Amino acid sequence: MSQPDVFEYLLRLADDRLVLGHRVSEWCGHAPILEEDIALANIALDLIGQANLLLTAAGAAEGKGRDADALAFLRDELDYRNALIVELPKGDFGFTLTRQFLFSAHALVLTDALRSSKNTELGGLADKMHKESRYHVRHSGDWMLRIGDGTEESHQRAQAAVNELWRYTGELFMADDIERRLAAQGIAVDSSKLETPWRAQVDDVLKRAGLTVPSVAWMQRGGRQGRHTEHLGHLLAEMQTLQRQHPGASW
Amino acid sequence: MKNDQTSDVRRSTPDSQWPLWEVFMQPGSGEAHQHVGSVHAADAEQALQNARDVYARRGEGINIWVVPSDSITASTPEDMGPFFDPGNDKAYRHPQFYKVPRGVRL
Repeated sequence: MSQPDVFEYLLRLADDRLVLGHRVSEWCGHAPILEEDIALANIALDLIGQANLLLTAAGAAEGKGRDADALAFLRDELDYRNALIVELPKGDFGFTLTRQFLFSAHALVLTDALRSSKNTELGGLADKMHKESRYHVRHSGDWMLRIGDGTEESHQRAQAAVNELWRYTGELFMADDIERRLAAQGIAVDSSKLETPWRAQVDDVLKRAGLTVPSVAWMQRGGRQGRHTEHLGHLLAEMQTLQRQHPGASW
Repeated sequence: MKNDQTSDVRRSTPDSQWPLWEVFMQPGSGEAHQHVGSVHAADAEQALQNARDVYARRGEGINIWVVPSDSITASTPEDMGPFFDPGNDKAYRHPQFYKVPRGVRL
């Protein structure tokens, strides 16, 4: 049975994780120290693993026979449903860790709520994602304290990252009709209800890190409708090139 | 003399500004922690996280200890003789004079 709302919702969850996983993987071999290189690669793999499961479930909900690979590698930019925050270039180490913290804190409250989803498959996936998100928050939150409350330069870079990223956080809490319909059925979570617990967690860490939240008049949006920044196309070009040039290639 | 040797080792391995930590993993409930390797980290919490990322991603254990490497006092190669020469001529140190009861497998 085709479930277009569920398909769309799972795609949003999956694309956030696939695109961010790809971004974080760009640090592989470039992180400031070996141990952190491994830590970032682990986080990237967690996210891509989550995306793999979510895309598989999305393909089943769509009912057109598309598997995770088809959805990941054969969709164009306009069909991607990730929030804009995850597609921004990796920036410096402070930017990457700040984004990771803001995103993972969101993932934590979201997956906690989704564990009781009436869609039992999604509930099970949320449980697994929640466990991984707890570690991602611990790791990235720890780094927020280090760089925010570190040297003059690390503080400036962390604050610059918060200032740059903040305008992209609003999109994570914008609910639309699809989400509200699913929330009414107990399948999804109304994103607007996640902002308060997310904010409490983020404020606590930023305050301890000596960082301030900028006042932002306009929150960026559009990713959920397929209107992306110029950065996503480049990311997809790199990620999809093998499947596009050698369709169906396997190891 | 001993301290000089330590600083020589430090000078010859300028791979990181972060201190080194030794990692001990408990493979299962009730088992003893075993040394599995070392990581660099700025403090204990980061050492735990790094140890988890490097050594505990494939179900290797259920508990981790991290210990600053310079908290460990080790015997030196010169101690080899006095510490470890097993004293095979002192046969009474080995419990080999007992008859193993029937039915006990070795």
